[in-house]
Amino acid sequence: MSTITTEELSATTLLRFATAGSVDDGKSTLVGRLLHDSKSVLTDQLEAVERASASRGQEAPDLALLTDGLRAEREQGITIDVAYRYFATPRRRFILADTPGHVQYTRNMVTGASTAELTVILVDARNGVVEQTRRHAAIAALLRVPHVVLAVNKMDLVAYEESVFAAIAEEFTAYATELGVPEVTAIPISALAGDNVVEPSAKMDWYGGPTVLEHLETVPVSHDLAHCHARLPVQYVIRPQTAEHPDYRGYAGQIAAGTFRVGDPVTILPSGRTTTISAIDLLGEPVDVAWTTQSVTVLLTDDVDVSRGDLIVPTKDAPATTQDVEATVCHVADAPLTVGHRVLLKHGTRTVKAIVKDIPSRLTLDDLSLHPHPGQLVANDIGRVKIRTAEPLPVDSYADSRRTGSFILIDPSDGTTLTAGMVGESFATPEPVKDAADDDGWDF
Amino acid sequence: MTTTVAEAEEGTGAPYALSHLDALESEAVHIFREVAGEFENPVILFSGGKDSILMLHLALKAFAPAAVPFSLLHVDTGHNFPEVLEYRDHVVAAHGLRLHVASVQDYIDRGVLKERPDGTRNPLQTLPLTEKIQAEKFDAVFGGGRRDEEKARAKERVFSLRDEFSQWDPRRQRPELWNLYNGRHAPGEHVRVFPLSNWTELDVWQYIAREDIELPQIYFAHEREVFQRNGMWLTAGEWGGPKDDERVEKRQVRYRTVGDMSCTGAVDSDAVTLDQVITEIAASRLTERGATRADDKLSEAAMEDRKREGYF
Repeated sequence: MSTITTEELSATTLLRFATAGSVDDGKSTLVGRLLHDSKSVLTDQLEAVERASASRGQEAPDLALLTDGLRAEREQGITIDVAYRYFATPRRRFILADTPGHVQYTRNMVTGASTAELTVILVDARNGVVEQTRRHAAIAALLRVPHVVLAVNKMDLVAYEESVFAAIAEEFTAYATELGVPEVTAIPISALAGDNVVEPSAKMDWYGGPTVLEHLETVPVSHDLAHCHARLPVQYVIRPQTAEHPDYRGYAGQIAAGTFRVGDPVTILPSGRTTTISAIDLLGEPVDVAWTTQSVTVLLTDDVDVSRGDLIVPTKDAPATTQDVEATVCHVADAPLTVGHRVLLKHGTRTVKAIVKDIPSRLTLDDLSLHPHPGQLVANDIGRVKIRTAEPLPVDSYADSRRTGSFILIDPSDGTTLTAGMVGESFATPEPVKDAADDDGWDF
Repeated sequence: MTTTVAEAEEGTGAPYALSHLDALESEAVHIFREVAGEFENPVILFSGGKDSILMLHLALKAFAPAAVPFSLLHVDTGHNFPEVLEYRDHVVAAHGLRLHVASVQDYIDRGVLKERPDGTRNPLQTLPLTEKIQAEKFDAVFGGGRRDEEKARAKERVFSLRDEFSQWDPRRQRPELWNLYNGRHAPGEHVRVFPLSNWTELDVWQYIAREDIELPQIYFAHEREVFQRNGMWLTAGEWGGPKDDERVEKRQVRYRTVGDMSCTGAVDSDAVTLDQVITEIAASRLTERGATRADDKLSEAAMEDRKREGYF
């Protein structure tokens, strides 16, 4: 790292990614290998791991101890909760959401995937695509993670056979494509031996693609904003009321999608009033144009009523407002979500009262079959819900916008985060929910 | 590895990709504004160290041209570096801020807390901090903690609910989804907020350099009288160092973190400019805390245990 100049360091982009895979697939080893081989583990951390491993009577340093941060995790040797890791190469900075793989931790995978641009799904080359793999692919598809990497691990245990890798890659890609995953990159690796993680493998010269790290470094992180609906949730009204700025009235927020320009005609939702952007401040500096995910302050030509919770959108591209929200949800709380439940719904910067009107279906992740009218959703369940809100909300489809198409439900009595919601149809080719359980399954 | 980032991103709408520092800045500003919008009485923990200085800088940008709508809270161990106190008072005056001080010395003088045999006051900060939060009814408390600092902190949420005793329960954290932070809390509870969660030490330094933020001089190499204890260079002071068998010498050092003088070590360094500091940190094979914090070497779960009790 010592050869990198300050300019090079500053110019890099940030990639947020998540890992998915059960313990036996070698996820901890992969994460440890990525951190270790990219020289992101510092001497004192490694010494601490060596000390702790030795005191447990282990012969080799257990790299999982690098990532299991809680007392209970180290005691039980399992990962309980999402942890965030940071590492860098000369090309890019990485934020890794290291998520537990067990089915009872589905909510943690959803948490990690919600902010991820990429998910690495691990499979064991000896076992191929299993139920857990399908579950991970389904969650990546549901959360609309833009890039999916299939890491076929333990290639050393199948004699580095190309045919083994090719069969798994083909099966997974077909399945993921059917779910609507836009892009799958399959990479044969051995996390234990270090093949194709950071360094290219000498044992798999039949593979011509990138290593895991190379792919992470080069995958595009920006989007084609020309096709995005511009959205600015108003967080806070900035009014200095000082001698220097007696009339300054700015609407502060982080652009959730698209671009805004000075002079754009805009509509304020839910009120529907229209005006024009007179100026944009990017943290104190005036700019002509701003885009997602910049935090900006927008000034308007007219003195219209705008407050926290409102959404500023281009007048020619305003979403409809509705009090009836249909969504796919992942229930993340221990107490169940039931029909008739009174909740708070936080969407963008707006929190409104809401009631769960119906739970038309619950998804079984094991086989992606659909169970109609389950009555309730318990922790880690994924299902469809219909919610009536006390006030109209300008929601987008999650397929169009991960930020303005997502919401959380909150228990009004104790503030617990209950449910993660994604508005609109899920997956790529949705079909209407049927009342009888049927085998073509996951088209909820 | 033949493709560069620029080449890889050409043709994919790359002009709209934010640099990693811009992305981190935007996220932190979003967090400050969420708190301003949702809480009644927030406060920024301010030690005069680089992370809290960075937080204040980001808060100033988030609400410009208006004033920062938060006050500051300094937990004063009584073992401060004089340069840091001077810096604290200077920024408070310059920005017209309100400063609250929770004093460990007061608690010792009143007999509520007892000096520890090792002289360190870091663990003694928790009680004055949590009592001040209760007394002033702060409902959101910004901390400069970063997840890259320590493995328990890697598990921390951006919005972290604390009960009426300020306790952290890592197994009962709210899942944090998208950028939809949940700040709901009952009376008596508060939320610790960490806008720098996703920053690394190097990010902090690069951003300080980019924004040309003024820092206390102890962050840059200077001659100082120090003595060695447990492999760290400590500054002599009224807190009880050096002991008889510890020899004071003059060395060219700087600090990577600022905390209680009794447990914050200096590192040998020639870095007198921000660029030199960045070069030094990029090449360092030691973490910030591993290099300079005695209290985190006590046990594998030292930080987790302190955080559970209400430490920041």
